Amino acid sequence: MGLELYLDLISQPCRAVYIFAKKNGIPFELRTVELLKGQHHSDAFAQVNPLKKVPALKDGDFTLAESVAILLYLCRKYEVPDHWYPQDLQARARVDEYLAWQHTALRNSCTRAMWQKMMFPVFLGEQVPPETLASTLAELERCLQLLEDKFLKDQDFLAGPHISVADLVAITELMHPVSAGCQVFKSRPKLAAWRQRVETAVGKDLFQEAHAVVMKAKDLPPADSAIKEKLKPLVQVLLQ
Amino acid sequence: MGLELYLDLLSQPCRAIYIFAKKNRIPFEMRTVELLKGQHLSDAFAQVNPLKKVPALKDGDFTLAESVAILLYLTRKYKVADHWYPQDLQACARVDEYLAWQHTTLRRSCLRALWHKVMFPVFLGEPVSPEMLATTLAELDVTLQLLEDKFLQNKAFLIGPHVSLADLVAITELMHPVGAGCQVFEGRPKLAAWYRRVEAAVGEDLFREAHEVILKAKDSPPADPTIKQKLMPAVLAMIR
Repeated sequence: MGLELYLDLISQPCRAVYIFAKKNGIPFELRTVELLKGQHHSDAFAQVNPLKKVPALKDGDFTLAESVAILLYLCRKYEVPDHWYPQDLQARARVDEYLAWQHTALRNSCTRAMWQKMMFPVFLGEQVPPETLASTLAELERCLQLLEDKFLKDQDFLAGPHISVADLVAITELMHPVSAGCQVFKSRPKLAAWRQRVETAVGKDLFQEAHAVVMKAKDLPPADSAIKEKLKPLVQVLLQ
Repeated sequence: MGLELYLDLLSQPCRAIYIFAKKNRIPFEMRTVELLKGQHLSDAFAQVNPLKKVPALKDGDFTLAESVAILLYLTRKYKVADHWYPQDLQACARVDEYLAWQHTTLRRSCLRALWHKVMFPVFLGEPVSPEMLATTLAELDVTLQLLEDKFLQNKAFLIGPHVSLADLVAITELMHPVGAGCQVFEGRPKLAAWYRRVEAAVGEDLFREAHEVILKAKDSPPADPTIKQKLMPAVLAMIR
């Protein structure tokens, strides 16, 4: 059995891994783990990732969790072009810096924005208090400003003149609030231009393919009560 | 001007960097940024790190934020011993996996444990409800269990037979609740044994030196009202 990637394209980090593997022609078996059906809680999947999250990787007997770790593993094993994770000390540090920062910043606010604005009402049939949503969207704005001012600045891509894994991780995050109808790129021409560059570098077809699932999330039928029960802990976390 | 490290040893990630640099005899100028005096919020420091956080690095004109990025930069620039961040594909992936996982888990629960148990009441003069504290400590417990079961397992160190960046990052986190008076290692002989191994690998004197500040955190004099006002928003954001 070759490389297996356990993904659900509704998840931002899964999209980054998917795009990266496809773009680099890395052969893999896609193992879909449907989060909204609670499939990540199965005993079978726990064998692959005891943390019960996607993305997860299985390469022979070797299993690996965490999208950043997976992306770097693929970079090294498949000897992808340098720009994805440059050898240059400072350029690489810039990628590492972004990949570290985003966990508790952009990742957090994009997940909350998408869930609070869309998944709660549409999928879970619950309204989020307006103050909570407003606070979440304000936090998202703050992160977007940092993304522009501290990371992108006047560069073409987040870590310099070429696309890197940092851009993949960032763009897939931003598509989360986009899927919920947030006008992330409106009145942010710098970010909009960067988005165009990333989409072009990745390839529009691949970009669209990777985002098909999340862009249709607003049309999801409401969850049944069994699923709602399963997702309760997640719900509590997303409302904090 | 050579390498400058902007640190406050009150902070867990700062301790990891301090220990790493000292252990590997990396020459640096220590630039102390006192968090409890709000020095990280100064305009001067924003020139070094616009994210207004420690640790931060300045190497000539090159500035870098994020402890994981800084540790990797130092690892590569100073060509430290292999075990810190192994060349081996899978071993390296294990370090990456831990470094990615910890941001939103152990880091978060250790920070909350210190602030809810000690810093809010003692330094900020703000009471914390018993329920809130209990929730935080329960969360810490869950995370410690994951650290043992998923990461440490039956190995000598987190990723294998030798100490790595993962162990430094983890141990400095755990010293946060220890500094708050939490009996982190009680009833956890596996973790206790690992702790002693890491301390021995680092060197007891260096370990003690790096942890002097945090171990005195509970004796912090109360903040004056100006400082309290200055720090509150950042503190609340940090432990959210």
